[in-house]
Amino acid sequence: MENLKYRFDGGTPTRGVTAIVGVLGSGNLEVLVEPVALGGACEIEVSTAARGFGSIWQAVMKDFFARHRVGDIRVSVNDAGATPAIVSLRLDQAIETYIAQGKSKT
Amino acid sequence: MTHSYYESSARARIAGLLEPDSFHEWLPAAERLTSPHLATLEQPAAFDDGVIIGRGSIAAKQIFIAAQEGGFMGGAVGEVHGAKLVGVLERAVRDRPAAVLLLLETGGVRLQEANAGLIAVSEVMRAILAARAAGVTVIVAIGGQYGCFGGMGIAARCASTIIMSEEGRLGLSGPEVIETARGVEEYDARDRAMVWRTVGGKHRYLLAECDVIVADSMDEFRHAIVAGIDNGDDWSLAALEREHQLLAERVQRFGACKDGRDIWRELGWADPEAIAMPDNDEFVAAAHGHRAKNI
Amino acid sequence: MEWKSVVEQLCPDGHEVSQAGNLIRGYGRCGPHTVAVIGTTNHTEVGVELALAMAAAVINVIHDYPARPIVFLVDTSGQRLRHRDELLGLNGYMAHLAKCVEMARRRGHPIVSLVYEQALSGGFLANGMMADVCAALPEAEIRVMGLAAMARVTRISEERLSELGKSSPVFAPGAKNYLLLGGLDALWEGDLSACLMDALQSIDTTDHRRTLGHERGGRMLAYPVVQRVLASA
Repeated sequence: MENLKYRFDGGTPTRGVTAIVGVLGSGNLEVLVEPVALGGACEIEVSTAARGFGSIWQAVMKDFFARHRVGDIRVSVNDAGATPAIVSLRLDQAIETYIAQGKSKT
Repeated sequence: MTHSYYESSARARIAGLLEPDSFHEWLPAAERLTSPHLATLEQPAAFDDGVIIGRGSIAAKQIFIAAQEGGFMGGAVGEVHGAKLVGVLERAVRDRPAAVLLLLETGGVRLQEANAGLIAVSEVMRAILAARAAGVTVIVAIGGQYGCFGGMGIAARCASTIIMSEEGRLGLSGPEVIETARGVEEYDARDRAMVWRTVGGKHRYLLAECDVIVADSMDEFRHAIVAGIDNGDDWSLAALEREHQLLAERVQRFGACKDGRDIWRELGWADPEAIAMPDNDEFVAAAHGHRAKNI
Repeated sequence: MEWKSVVEQLCPDGHEVSQAGNLIRGYGRCGPHTVAVIGTTNHTEVGVELALAMAAAVINVIHDYPARPIVFLVDTSGQRLRHRDELLGLNGYMAHLAKCVEMARRRGHPIVSLVYEQALSGGFLANGMMADVCAALPEAEIRVMGLAAMARVTRISEERLSELGKSSPVFAPGAKNYLLLGGLDALWEGDLSACLMDALQSIDTTDHRRTLGHERGGRMLAYPVVQRVLASA
């Protein structure tokens, strides 16, 4: 198992309601998105069953942040060997759910 | 969103069965109540330990609900997972919802938590029975990919009512477990049709191991759950003795049967081969008078 | 230990217990108490017939001897691993036995169980683990599955599992581990009839195993998790 951490500064503070998507099953992952005051930063924490893929995770996360530029958000990932494409899809779903839930509750 | 119960995740099942926006989750993922034992084994642990619990409403009735996620470790029960189920059931004894609804999808004890998992399953069994003895109706639904096996197969049968779909499977030892222990001649786990005739929903319905069989849809499950709430529970010595008689008759009558088909033939099905064919409504109609029920 | 020797020691004031197949049944006197004895022997697997026979024995006690304590003597290598038993719905038979035990409890029968030889998973859940007081002889073997099988399933080497077993009671078999986890109330040594009388004095019909596991440091989360569910909004 490997734990990885990323932080991206300069995002737009994004309101929403804590969201979880995906399942921690073989070839899949679960993504938890929570609002946290981080001075506009987006923090990402990954716990993955597969070791040695740090550079790929780095690229996928950088790409995610470039797409959404969300801030004041913590993203926590539990991974069971998902492909980068699946990871990107789940991250997008998670952030969309987070924002949508925020809108429906206010 | 899919309307198939079988295809849905545990969260989607809750969303699909309960009234919109009525679900309030207890100890949600953000609480990060993960398994300490999986951490010891350096295995990733789901934020909710594979079971989602809370309260909500269904047909305007307040119920408590727990849904196991088969996708995470086959829905297996560890220390935290089991304690969440126990918490829901004990809370029900205190708060008296209209029912506790358990959406089970599990292989039973989480072997990675061996001893703690076994005790947890036992605690769930006792909590189900304690809830029933206190007058709380406990309804089990089984219709997911992983079925309901191991100690949780016993726990399921401790409930007031079991609702299954044809795709659901219910048993104690799974086919692979028996094949591994006793060989392929005893139980061929890859013979899917034979496995279905042993643990599948239709066979379980004909044996009266489940009370209701529904088609694989959220609407069908919801209707059956509402009916189950209305029917309530019969926790009495008389009911237990009727069950005893039923189980004794079952061994006598079907004890020499080698295959589900032999049992169905004995139950008066002229063409047991045809049982797999009809849709759920036709099957239920045809099963009238051809189930192993108390007279 | 032989079941006869266990019964002699539990009920030194006389007993009428006999064996039929792998089922043990009867009653014994232990100080002021007359207890019903129901159990299994020969490390038997529990299949549909045996589960049903035990259930019948419990129902019989409920009918004929109101409030008489029931002592389960546990020796089983688990549920019977046969296609036939699954076809007939062994889980339903096991659950029926568990329901009978619960019904007895609710009608005032103290329930005590003693693992005197072996207890494995499915065969243990429906009677021994349903008791108000669950005890074991120190040399009794209690487990979910063997370490080799667990290594296969978890893909963790047997060496590593044994190593983990030294620091945690969760992974390795053994009565002492179940004691730490709260799965057992006590290990019974010495005067077994005194142990049984003690147990009958201290019957608690609520499931206290998570509290024991917490107090003994073996299972630190089950108790607080239940408390948190109870305290949630």
